[in-house]
Amino acid sequence: MADHAAPAEVHHHVNYVRIWQILLALLVVSVLGPMIGIKIVTLITAFGIAVVKAYLVAKNFMHLNVQPRYVVYILGTALVFMLLFYAGTAGDVMKHAGDNWHKVYVEPSATEAAPHH
Amino acid sequence: MRPIATTRSAAGIPTGLLAVWWVLASEIVIFGGLLGSYVMYRLAHDAWAAQAEATNTWIGAFNTFVLLTSSLTAVLAHQAAEHGDGKLAAKRLYYTCIGAATFIVVKAFEWTTEIQHGMTISSNTFWSFYYTAAGLHALHVIAGAILMLFVAADAAKGRELHRVELIGIYWHFVDIVWIFLFPLLYIAK
Repeated sequence: MADHAAPAEVHHHVNYVRIWQILLALLVVSVLGPMIGIKIVTLITAFGIAVVKAYLVAKNFMHLNVQPRYVVYILGTALVFMLLFYAGTAGDVMKHAGDNWHKVYVEPSATEAAPHH
Repeated sequence: MRPIATTRSAAGIPTGLLAVWWVLASEIVIFGGLLGSYVMYRLAHDAWAAQAEATNTWIGAFNTFVLLTSSLTAVLAHQAAEHGDGKLAAKRLYYTCIGAATFIVVKAFEWTTEIQHGMTISSNTFWSFYYTAAGLHALHVIAGAILMLFVAADAAKGRELHRVELIGIYWHFVDIVWIFLFPLLYIAK
């Protein structure tokens, strides 16, 4: 435990229960927000709040803010690779046609494809 | 005598802690790739909104509550371990395991209902993603809970208390993955 003495001094002041309460309040907003039915509100309350919740957990529960800087770089590099993957493949996946090709895939409904009971 | 690899600190942090961060970096690529693919297909296929209507938001929200609460008990276990109280740390880790078990039981009921209504992994691409993403996450929950039981057993005897933090960090990551899965699978309808 001696190795952990320095971080412990930094993050023992965090009120974990308070952070948990904030996370639960954000959860309620993320469920109720989309019920309004406005697309931009849904995007903000569902996905914007997800980012905030993830930040709160990473910072306060994982104590990412007191780790050496290179730990953030390691995780950040993984995120960059994910974005590279997205950027490299999104064009083919999201477009329905291009030069000399067009997608013939048709999404079936769940009931059509489901096995009969 | 503990192996040198577990006690050295050339990187400025204990080797075990560094290893956990590397594991999580690889997990980011795994889950990031899966969720990134889901987002691509979801944006390209409006029909998926109708499929997502069949998922139960309240069950997803309840499981989010369970995981957030289990993250709280995990970080409180870490706090107890830092104060050298292995028994309290173990007790809080067991609470976290109860949260994991609750999550899995709820998911089992949820999946049973959906499968009985004909929504299986082979129904269409939406449900393939749904079961793959949620299933892979559930496997991580199960693996984390099993590891936590071993860590808790040691912690109760006052041994290897530094592992309480390591399993906690992994658990919080599992929580973060669900934080993103929840709006993607249950709210975006």
